Amino acid sequence: MNANPSLSWDLARDVRELLAFPFMVNALEAGTIVAVLAASVGWYVVQRRQSFAAHTLSLMAFPGAAGAALAGLPAALGYYLACGTAALVMGAGRRQEIRGEAGESAATGTVQAAGLAAGFVFLALDHGVLGGLESLLFGTFLGVSRAQVLTLLIVAAAVLATLALVARPLLFSTLDPHSAQAHGVPVRALDVGFLLALGLAVAATTQITGVLLVFALLVAPAASAQTLTARPALGLALSIAIALLVVWLGLGLAYFSIYPVGFFTTSLAFGIYLLARLTRAGARRRSARTAVA
Amino acid sequence: MLAHAFVRSAYLAGTFLALACGLAGWFVVLRGQVFATDALTHVAFVGAIAAATVGLDERVGLFALTLALAAGMAGLGRAGQPDDVTIGIVFSWILGLGALFIALLATSAAGGSGITTANTLFGSIFGLATGQAALAAALALAVAVAILVARRPLLLATLDPEIATARGIPVRPLGIGFLLVLAIITAQGTQAVGALLLLGLIAAPAGAAHQLTARPAVGLALSAALAVGATWGGLALSYTIPSLPPSSAIIGLATTAYLLATLTRRIREGVRLSV
Repeated sequence: MNANPSLSWDLARDVRELLAFPFMVNALEAGTIVAVLAASVGWYVVQRRQSFAAHTLSLMAFPGAAGAALAGLPAALGYYLACGTAALVMGAGRRQEIRGEAGESAATGTVQAAGLAAGFVFLALDHGVLGGLESLLFGTFLGVSRAQVLTLLIVAAAVLATLALVARPLLFSTLDPHSAQAHGVPVRALDVGFLLALGLAVAATTQITGVLLVFALLVAPAASAQTLTARPALGLALSIAIALLVVWLGLGLAYFSIYPVGFFTTSLAFGIYLLARLTRAGARRRSARTAVA
Repeated sequence: MLAHAFVRSAYLAGTFLALACGLAGWFVVLRGQVFATDALTHVAFVGAIAAATVGLDERVGLFALTLALAAGMAGLGRAGQPDDVTIGIVFSWILGLGALFIALLATSAAGGSGITTANTLFGSIFGLATGQAALAAALALAVAVAILVARRPLLLATLDPEIATARGIPVRPLGIGFLLVLAIITAQGTQAVGALLLLGLIAAPAGAAHQLTARPAVGLALSAALAVGATWGGLALSYTIPSLPPSSAIIGLATTAYLLATLTRRIREGVRLSV
């Protein structure tokens, strides 16, 4: 075991060194669970154009953590409670008719501001400084405990199982809400249910990536996958694969450098998204040329 | 209360920022650009930290990055309207860079990185010096005037881009210009009063106004009035109850206005349905 980690050309040795630390094993396990969860939920987020809602839910980790500190509860519980509540409020605020764009974004923005304002009140009442502001904002992989990994696993299993059960009606109501409603699909119930699932997934993801960087796992892999393929099953698998790559490489690189994990995960995710866009643009140009020839 | 210089500064900056946010917010909501605005408020601090890392004045970095992101978002999207996935991915990458700059700052300069984060993310309206307040007020007033001057072409370009183009209105430059104006107000506002307050003042009063009236002139005035009212009330409330942070008090009032507006609209719609 090396006190000062450095990358060598012997990859097997590097991986062995990485896995010698229990905190790295915890981080990799938690990261893997979160990557699968975030990439699956994220595929629907991108299809449903709910990035703003996802971002707002991720910020609810702040009032969650501050409120939990005030009440003497574990921070993770605060995350789940705050994200779940915000998801339900956003769901209740939806108009009866399906997805009114402008009004919806104002409602989401208001929920975000109100949630953060509540967080500041909790913080002021606690007379304290919230410990670990940076890890709350930008994520950490040092502090993941066994209990946290277990909780993540349970939450991820529950959300993914629910998502698998309603996959088809959810896809239908996402792609074409009006005919889904005409076919008797409970569009509104699915809408609220999906927001709640998103809330839980975001609360879980936040614990690894930090509040500000959830998109590295939630939106970027799914958006890259959808740039490359329109087929749902293939896209979902590709999205999960990209998220896993981002998490594993990001954690590995962060371990061997002095820079934060958030920088590596977001940069990898951004790079892959750019590559996907370039690949599609290249494919289009090539097919256009073949058509001409 | 107004005998204290810091309260007077807060009222001076708060009033004009609220006015600008209320007016800009009405168009932000109409154009569905709340997320873009939100992204601008979040990246502001990355610019500040990046500038601090290389030893520049924080405000230079703050304005430069916010304006660059606004121009970039407008340029990437069709008709100066960026789509939400692009916004999300680009701004989360910029925040990832922010994490890197914080780490660089912590290892290079003598500590203090946590304080920088806290200040730029959560600037406090009660901590403004008189000069800062006057500058914030002047910039906000300029933004408010610019929006009022451009309100007619901007409205047409938002509601019906094709007719606007046919009438010779430069739709795309107008969209880019609007985002740049937003960038100016977010860059100025985040360092003065904090990102939270800014987003709240842009989204909530405008959201409320849109629910209460569809008439542009009335809606614009109502949105500005609600924003200014929430600011005045919130500052007074926070002064009376010291443990209540000013931004929380202002957002609390603005959110209440939004909820009341939603309720009013639902009751009206219910009445219309039953008749």
